[in-house]
Amino acid sequence: MIAIAFPSPPPTTAELETLRQEVRAFLAAELAHLPPRERVRSWMGFDASFSRKLGQRGWIGMTWPKRYGGHERSALERYVVLEELLAAGAPVSAHWIADRQSGPLLLKYGTEEQRCEILPRITAGECFFCIGMSEPDAGSDLASVRTRATPVEGGYVVNGTKVWTTNAHLCHYMVLFCRTGVQEDRHAGFSQFLVDMKTPGITVRPIADLSGEHHFNEVVFQDVFLPRSALLGKEGDGWKQLMEELAFERSGPERFLSSFVAMVEAVRALRDAPSDAAQAAIGRMTAQLVVLRRLSRSVAGMLQRQEKPDLQASLVKDLGGVFEQEVADIIRSLVAVEPSLGAKDELSATLARLVMLAPSFSLRGGAREILRGIIARGLGLR
Amino acid sequence: MSEHLLKDTVSRLFEALVTKELIEAMEGGLWPREAWAQCEELGLPRVWVPESAGGYGVDPAEAMEVVRLVGQYAVPLPLVETMYANRLAAISGLAIEEGPTTFAPVHQRQLPAMRATSGGWHLRGALESVPWARWARHVIVLAQAPEEQRFYLARVPSHSLALEPGNNLAGEPRDTVRFDLVLPDTAVASLPEEFGWSQWEGAAAALRALQIAGALTQVLDLSVQYANERVQFGRPLGKFQAVQQNLAVLAGWVVTATAAADIGAEALIEGPTLLPIAVAKARTSEAAGSAAAIAHQVHGAMGFTREHRLHTFTRRLWSWRDEFGNEGYWHRQLGRLTFAAGADGWWPMVTATPYVKAQIA
Ligand SMILES: Cc1cc2nc3c(=O)[nH]c(=O)nc-3n(C[C@H](O)[C@H](O)[C@H](O)COP(=O)(O)OP(=O)(O)OC[C@H]3O[C@@H](n4cnc5c(N)ncnc54)[C@H](O)[C@@H]3O)c2cc1C
Repeated sequence: MIAIAFPSPPPTTAELETLRQEVRAFLAAELAHLPPRERVRSWMGFDASFSRKLGQRGWIGMTWPKRYGGHERSALERYVVLEELLAAGAPVSAHWIADRQSGPLLLKYGTEEQRCEILPRITAGECFFCIGMSEPDAGSDLASVRTRATPVEGGYVVNGTKVWTTNAHLCHYMVLFCRTGVQEDRHAGFSQFLVDMKTPGITVRPIADLSGEHHFNEVVFQDVFLPRSALLGKEGDGWKQLMEELAFERSGPERFLSSFVAMVEAVRALRDAPSDAAQAAIGRMTAQLVVLRRLSRSVAGMLQRQEKPDLQASLVKDLGGVFEQEVADIIRSLVAVEPSLGAKDELSATLARLVMLAPSFSLRGGAREILRGIIARGLGLR
Repeated sequence: MSEHLLKDTVSRLFEALVTKELIEAMEGGLWPREAWAQCEELGLPRVWVPESAGGYGVDPAEAMEVVRLVGQYAVPLPLVETMYANRLAAISGLAIEEGPTTFAPVHQRQLPAMRATSGGWHLRGALESVPWARWARHVIVLAQAPEEQRFYLARVPSHSLALEPGNNLAGEPRDTVRFDLVLPDTAVASLPEEFGWSQWEGAAAALRALQIAGALTQVLDLSVQYANERVQFGRPLGKFQAVQQNLAVLAGWVVTATAAADIGAEALIEGPTLLPIAVAKARTSEAAGSAAAIAHQVHGAMGFTREHRLHTFTRRLWSWRDEFGNEGYWHRQLGRLTFAAGADGWWPMVTATPYVKAQIA
């Protein structure tokens, strides 16, 4: 019998619900000025000052040890904060990656000095990270990464090019995934490095997305010297580290809430006289949300218990991505609205942004076909 | 009976009991007497009856696992119906009788009226699609007395019914029953005030959702197994990426249905509330059709034969998805709740599920 376990998520508690109300009150005040057409960017919205305020509230690095600026709160408390931020369409992009994966990576593999210096700045909402994995010739197939760190006296010299690096132009550090080994073995010979983006030899060039927005970049490394201490963990452990991050990266509430702001605006537009079809379509979304949230919270529970839910995380991301991507078309089937970024009508502007963002939902963080390949392997087919 | 013990015991029983021959015999019109006797011996008809009312003190969560297993093994018996009917009898204070029992009506428009008369209660109705009625000894009938909000349960012995046989796609009995009779006071009980049509239908929907989830796990298993065994172009089908991708989607439907059914089961245990139950039946009903389509595609012509087992499950899925509300019906219910909560109340409603009880409308 094939069993893909999604255990019941841990039940909520009065404390968690109190925290939820605190976050809601905070967001109601802080985001009052931010219209849906901006909120629809979801976790692509960048606002350093907002991140700083979240840091002041203690809502970044929530689960990390206090000695590194963390708050030693539970993964469930963190989940509540994340989902509330996303549901409200808060601009969280500045600190998102550091909170989700770079900070935890440093906690596990960084030197004591790096932890003491960087983690408290992350939790303060003052230090931002980007991820340097993809390259021009290495997308889904990360094992074909070419950027190389060559050992030299006192450290390494890096040469190569990274692409699609979100927020590279606004971040303080990058976690760089590159080749260190001599053998061109598929999964051995990779390492990860902590890279200060001010290091000489790094050039960041903007890449406009299809709507003309600038969030991702090309990052060129030309004879960039990194001290030995920049190596995260052991040389050759990069691939293993990458795999460990994936379950965290793929199962969070950002994998099914990216379109929620637009959904809310659709209900607002339809509320006066919802047709039968509108009731059914919106009701279906409620059903999908409730189930996806349960699956995602179930994975959060497994991660908290230090289990390895890689298969489950891929399922959450695949199912969530399908849902997020359907939303625009479902709204279009219910409301006659022509999307335009500059429209006075809030739904029109919100939908315009969503339509142009949606293709990325099944690419970023692992393309749909790759996730389904992982699921197929989990089924014993590969 | 402790945690996994019951589930394991029941799995073993069903595994041994439910053969292709048994299912075909049932479809051919034979009552699987021996199989029923074995289930009864294990106490399954009463697993969802509280200890205080003659049950065995089984954790309701385990009772829900039995329901899932009935789906997983395509058990050709009115076990789920009897469990539910006995549960209802227990709640209302009716005596629990031996033997297969079912419940009716399944359509709100057929809710029969009941009137107090000199000799007891006059009850009259024509109820369609009553599950397993032809082999049930009793039908637990939900009825309403005119000018009363309150609902009643009546135990109607099957010998006093006129019955017209009918079947769902899986050949499971879905009969029409007619009655016009006077029942003694001992066969009628009033339900708690908060129990109405929504609770009646909602619980039945949540049970079917669990059966669907159970059957879907089997459909995934069969499909993966077939893909690993069937060779074309010199390789097992499962080595072809197109097939792998389809099976991954099928797995997505199965975990969706399983989680949805879990949500429904938890709500049933807590006391049925509309939102989680609507979620459960809506998602499992949608999953049933989508998953069955992929499974048949993977199985090729072989899966289209009577010989292969796949249809045992897919024909049940195609029936169960429409029983007690299909996804369209429950989507509209959820839509009503969502629009009632409003744009800004939507998210709070979602996060309150299933922990805060949304009142059944
Ligand atoms: C908005 C956005 C932000 C991003 N931010 C970052 C970032 O900050 N840092 C970073 O490192 N990367 C980032 N990425 C890159 C992202 O991780 C990649 O887009 C992703 O890994 C896919 O790689 P690719 O785009 O090169 O597509 P490719 O790998 O070239 O794939 C193209 C298509 O082919 C399919 N395909 C590929 N291989 C196979 C196969 N073996 N079998 C079947 N189908 C296959 C894919 O599923 C996909 O549909 C970002 C991407 C986007 C869209």
